[in-house]
Amino acid sequence: MTSATAAGGVTPPAAPKSRKSVTGTRRMVAALFLLPALVLLGALVVYPIGYSVVRSFYDQSGDGFAGIDNYKALFTDEGIRTALKNNIFWVVFAPTVATALGLIFAVLTERVRWGTAFKLVVFMPMAISMLAAGIIFRLVYDQDPDKGVANAVWVGVHDTFAQASAFPKAHPGRESPLEAAGGGAFITKSPVRVGETVSLPMVGVAPDLMPDGAEPAAAPKPEPDKVTGTTWQDFTRGEGVGTLNRVDASELGYAGMRIEAVKDGKVVASTTAGDDGTFTLPASADGAQLRLPDSNFKEPYNGLDWLGPSLVTPAIIGAYIWMWAGFAMVLIAAGLAGVPRELLEAARVDGATEWQVFRRVTVPLLAPVLAVVTVTLMINVLKIFDLVFIIAPGSAQDDANVLALELYRKGFSEDQPGIASAISVFLLLLVIPVMWFNVRRLRREVRR
Amino acid sequence: MRMTSSTIRTRWSPKRDKATPQHRRAAKAAAAVAAGALALSLTACGGGDDGNTGTQGNTEETANNVTLPKLDGTSLEIAAVWTGAEQANFKKVLAEFEKRTGARVTFIPAQDPIINFIGSKVAGGQPPDIVMLPQPGAIKQAVDRGWAKPLGAEALKELGENYSQGWQDIGKVGDKQYGVYYKAANKSLIWYNNQVFENAGATEPETWPDLLKTAQTVYDSGVTPFSVGGAEGWTLTDWFENVYLSQAGPEKYDQLARHEIKWTDPSVKDALTTLAQVWGKADYVAGGANGALQTDFPASVTQVFTGGDQPKAAMVAAGDFAQVNIPENMKVGTDAKVFPFPAVGDNGPVVSGGDAAVILEDSKGAQALATWLASPDAATIQAKLGGYLSPNKNVENSAYPNAVQQRIAKALIDAGDDFRFDMSDQAPQAFGGTPGKGEWKILQDFLKNPKDIAGTQAKLEAEAAAAYGG
Repeated sequence: MTSATAAGGVTPPAAPKSRKSVTGTRRMVAALFLLPALVLLGALVVYPIGYSVVRSFYDQSGDGFAGIDNYKALFTDEGIRTALKNNIFWVVFAPTVATALGLIFAVLTERVRWGTAFKLVVFMPMAISMLAAGIIFRLVYDQDPDKGVANAVWVGVHDTFAQASAFPKAHPGRESPLEAAGGGAFITKSPVRVGETVSLPMVGVAPDLMPDGAEPAAAPKPEPDKVTGTTWQDFTRGEGVGTLNRVDASELGYAGMRIEAVKDGKVVASTTAGDDGTFTLPASADGAQLRLPDSNFKEPYNGLDWLGPSLVTPAIIGAYIWMWAGFAMVLIAAGLAGVPRELLEAARVDGATEWQVFRRVTVPLLAPVLAVVTVTLMINVLKIFDLVFIIAPGSAQDDANVLALELYRKGFSEDQPGIASAISVFLLLLVIPVMWFNVRRLRREVRR
Repeated sequence: MRMTSSTIRTRWSPKRDKATPQHRRAAKAAAAVAAGALALSLTACGGGDDGNTGTQGNTEETANNVTLPKLDGTSLEIAAVWTGAEQANFKKVLAEFEKRTGARVTFIPAQDPIINFIGSKVAGGQPPDIVMLPQPGAIKQAVDRGWAKPLGAEALKELGENYSQGWQDIGKVGDKQYGVYYKAANKSLIWYNNQVFENAGATEPETWPDLLKTAQTVYDSGVTPFSVGGAEGWTLTDWFENVYLSQAGPEKYDQLARHEIKWTDPSVKDALTTLAQVWGKADYVAGGANGALQTDFPASVTQVFTGGDQPKAAMVAAGDFAQVNIPENMKVGTDAKVFPFPAVGDNGPVVSGGDAAVILEDSKGAQALATWLASPDAATIQAKLGGYLSPNKNVENSAYPNAVQQRIAKALIDAGDDFRFDMSDQAPQAFGGTPGKGEWKILQDFLKNPKDIAGTQAKLEAEAAAAYGG
């Protein structure tokens, strides 16, 4: 692409056509001077493009003519279709958001004291290679809140509003008197009686993860007119369950476990276990089943699945914008410097609000710059490869696929050079209108 | 150190870059191990007689069990993808060859995929004399393109004496022997955190039901049983291959590897059902299915051995090469232990990978080097240095530097001809070796939704049919 633009830049010197130029140079001499450039251009740009086009009509091995089969595959292969869809998503969102952000930054920094310093910071990501940025964002989006910044923030915000529970992985052990009650809660198989004791043993909570106040579990003592019981971690470190469904010496009580007595689907009494796991329910619990509600077992919130199938493309676009918003900002700021101050002043004198000045004066004046920035970014986005290749984990690479990545996969890991060539030709066709637009604009600019 | 054939399959994987620090740390660890081994052998053999500075101290005492011609003035080239400590260790093996024959051997560092690397060398008219190829498929490609030359009589004799029939056969194309499997990988292993097992009172399982029981015990103690590196599809295919080989048996395994039976076969259904007993159980896989799908291989090993009493998981199914990803402070053999993949059917599986030496430029020197690599002497040198496993049955088990490696090596040799080469490595790459495609992708989907066994089989069959060309 860039080299093709270069081609556009090189041809004009050839413009003095048949007539002799003022200095009297002959055509031969002109050709001689042009030769090195033409040879390089031909060998490095024109020939590879031509060969790709030819290759795209041959089959996998390169021996047999395949007609338009490769192009047919382009629109039937599911992988390529996903890539195409994602590319469209990219081209629509990445350049516009980056330009919009760049515009906002540029306009705002104009009026800040430390504008240059701010610009420098925003522009900084441009100094990092795509590969490094990819590795950084792979970490930023890590699922584990202890590693990934994105999830750390998200989980932090979430947990301020919803508290995590104490026993996320607790579950009934073997031959347990408890069974699952649906929705993550557990319930006793048989009803409880006043004056009897209940044991509610569970397993699956590591000693280090028990609540701080938990003490060694105490066996329940029967009390008249009350239902008493113990709920505890029925697992002795190093020995497994110990005595099954009986309290052993080193086993800890489930301090703070909520227990509800349920009769006919209604909660008739409820309590919380003490530090040693013992609890007492009033006589009204007689004949009820004891339920440990799901609030005891809620899994800790693990944040968003940033690199999962649905969010992976927006997440990578986010990384791209982080890199390129600075580029847009710098170009737009340069354009902004060229906007005549008098116009803005005049608008302000006429009583326009700042928003109106921005909307009706600044943006229209900047329109050409904005267009150039957007179009440049579009070309850039069409060939996006590195960020997707590095950020998307193997399991989501299919969902994050873009044309350039698919080209690489088809060409080098699936050994399908024919289809890969077809993709590259297709990409070229996609870029041409955008480039044509840019070149035309450039010409007009020069003429002015 | 390289993960043998698995590297081949990770070569397009973006995670490699991210994994570099880990590899570096691992390489350091390996270097430390190697240095330790060296120190030991140095004290054993005293001073070298040719003024060695100690770096080659232990090559002195190797027994001479192989006859090699005199090759003064010959120079040879050998290409392999090995780096770091692995390359350094291999160079010691080459140095011994130089010493015995007088030839000069140059090591050429290659890149994955090595078959493409060799292609460019051949096109340039200067292929190395010998190349280390990681897969049977690559050897076949080299033969089909006319690059590989068959082994001569001496090399064949050496190979016949030291290798079981199975290891010879995977180096054959047609009736001719081309490859000498110099290095092997044992992929039928489960590494575990010993502290967690002790805390839980769990024991090493020998059968699949035992494994499930152990997993339950570990889970009851409050630690997630399994770590799965699902971001890379090959870790999942290794799980499947182990279960399938043990459950359906070697014959079916071979048939499926050649796509002579369909993936819709009932045996595949059984294997997937068995797998779902681990993958499909809530809280059995660290991070759940979504978490596992974003865990790459090095992280899946490391997270088993970090976090003290509360690691993210207790066990990880991974080949011997996982050793390099175990943090330095966890001692292999005491903190990090290993048991063979439990038997699902009658016999426990042995799924392996490996690198074969293949001659590209036929000469007396190249044949002698191939002979040397097939000899127990060569393999013993590298076995002593650690981080290496040889399929050569005449390498003394005691040559391996620690109990864990001895156990891994013994399991591999004891399997005799019952081992099977990694199935996805035998499949066309579009099916068995591309991220986000074929078997890798479908098993990733299966990890996410282990209930859909029939759908998974149908998808596998459709992709396999396309990749195998009908």
